Amino acid sequence: MLRTPKFVLTGGLALLFLFPLAWASVASVSPQAGTRQIDGWGFGNYTTLAHYQAGIGQYLLNSAAVSLMTVAFTLAVSLLGGYAFANFTFPGKNVLFLVTLAILMVPYATLLIPLYVLLNQIGLQNSLIGLSLVLTMFQLPFATFLMRISFEAVPKDLAESAQVDGAGTFRTLWHVLVPAVKPGLITVGLFAFLAAWNDFITPLVLISDSTKLPLPLAVANMRQQVMGIVDYGATEAGVVVLALPCIVLFLALQRHYVRGFMSGALKG
Amino acid sequence: MLIFFVIPIGIVARMSVSDWGLFAGYRGVNVPENFSDVLDDRLFWPAVGFTVKYTLVTTVILLGLALGLALLVQESNRWTGFLRTSFLVPSALGLASASLLFYALYSPQSSPFGEVSFLGTPSSALWSTVALIVWRYSGFYMLLLLVGLQGIPGEIYEAARLDGAGRFQTFWHVTVPLIRSSLALCTILCVTGSLLAFDQFYILTKGGPDNSTITIVQLIYNMAFQGQNNLGRAAALSILVLFGLLVLNIAQFRGLRGKES
Repeated sequence: MLRTPKFVLTGGLALLFLFPLAWASVASVSPQAGTRQIDGWGFGNYTTLAHYQAGIGQYLLNSAAVSLMTVAFTLAVSLLGGYAFANFTFPGKNVLFLVTLAILMVPYATLLIPLYVLLNQIGLQNSLIGLSLVLTMFQLPFATFLMRISFEAVPKDLAESAQVDGAGTFRTLWHVLVPAVKPGLITVGLFAFLAAWNDFITPLVLISDSTKLPLPLAVANMRQQVMGIVDYGATEAGVVVLALPCIVLFLALQRHYVRGFMSGALKG
Repeated sequence: MLIFFVIPIGIVARMSVSDWGLFAGYRGVNVPENFSDVLDDRLFWPAVGFTVKYTLVTTVILLGLALGLALLVQESNRWTGFLRTSFLVPSALGLASASLLFYALYSPQSSPFGEVSFLGTPSSALWSTVALIVWRYSGFYMLLLLVGLQGIPGEIYEAARLDGAGRFQTFWHVTVPLIRSSLALCTILCVTGSLLAFDQFYILTKGGPDNSTITIVQLIYNMAFQGQNNLGRAAALSILVLFGLLVLNIAQFRGLRGKES
């Protein structure tokens, strides 16, 4: 008896959360004055987007390149770092780990100005590689933390028996331990991807060449085109293109994301 | 990794005491002028005031709602699974994408709500931005609080019920104390994140109307890259923010730890 109102209430709440996304998708293909899609339904706004300056293809490519590099760097470093923290004892290990965590507290917006200067000095200004390195760096404290937890959860016998069978440290790591920490790697990778794909202020500060902009910045800049008149249709289309990969990935990996997050958060 | 963090902090400290132009580079020592210029900037105190106000409003609403949502989807079944996913989907979007979405949603030309002014006055701009942030982040904080809730053994609720505790009493005297560490984590994350707010205001309001929604990070950005092109002064403000947050986070840790023990 009590259940029906509860369903209606909670269902309404869920719809409220889904509404903006649904609206943007519908609005991006619906007719609207001041856009390329004036009458009838269709993909006119996406055509605008495709022909904006360097073309959406270029911006998608930039974003994809930055995201993939960030994911690759983050996975490589956090895998080795987490493994080292979990399995080896070396002097200063605990201090180093505490410092790693303390980095989480440093406001990253305040680091962007020195990083801008630093990248200029080593010749990586205005480059996608430099941008990926900076994004990786901001991912590493959390990623290393999570990978350490994942490695510590693997039973020690597993690695030992592999070593008894004559496998070296790296072969053990690659063939035995990596499969065992796969859920952790998926979480770390997903986090790094979402962060890199969506980051706004870092490329805003670090990238000035308009052909090297990642997608969020390109869509945000696009609003100011055409004599100050904002093309809302193209903006909506841009949001859909930006959001789609994130939502698809999120839904596909949701279980890992939630689980990985919970194990990390519990111990934090 | 450490090099990447320690060196920038060193550079920002050095820049904060230098006359450092965006294009000119190092031009000699400039202390304490950098810091006094920051404090004398006519936007400095309004930016601090607005950022603090925004942080308080966001933290209270966001965590309150997130706790409500977490309680709502506590049990696991198919329906709450659907609810959880719906609440979490916005957090897969980037803050910039979400801001662009709401930018279109709020604009009179394309808004489904007609000619309502969402960003026209200082207070409506604040509340509209808070709505965006609540939409984007409540699922995320719900998840964090859910971790805390699921760590509470069922017997404790049973015991409270047998002792005759009502729903509200159970919530206040059993649930809240037991998820204190999750709440503390959420508070620290939310306060720090809100104090460093940038994307949402840069995209939605550009600091307007009448510079009423300029945040501290926006001010740093403006000092460094727009108009003033003064990296030294921006670095000085960064150092102030760094210290402010350090003190605040230590205080939060102490305060929230202290209550726990």
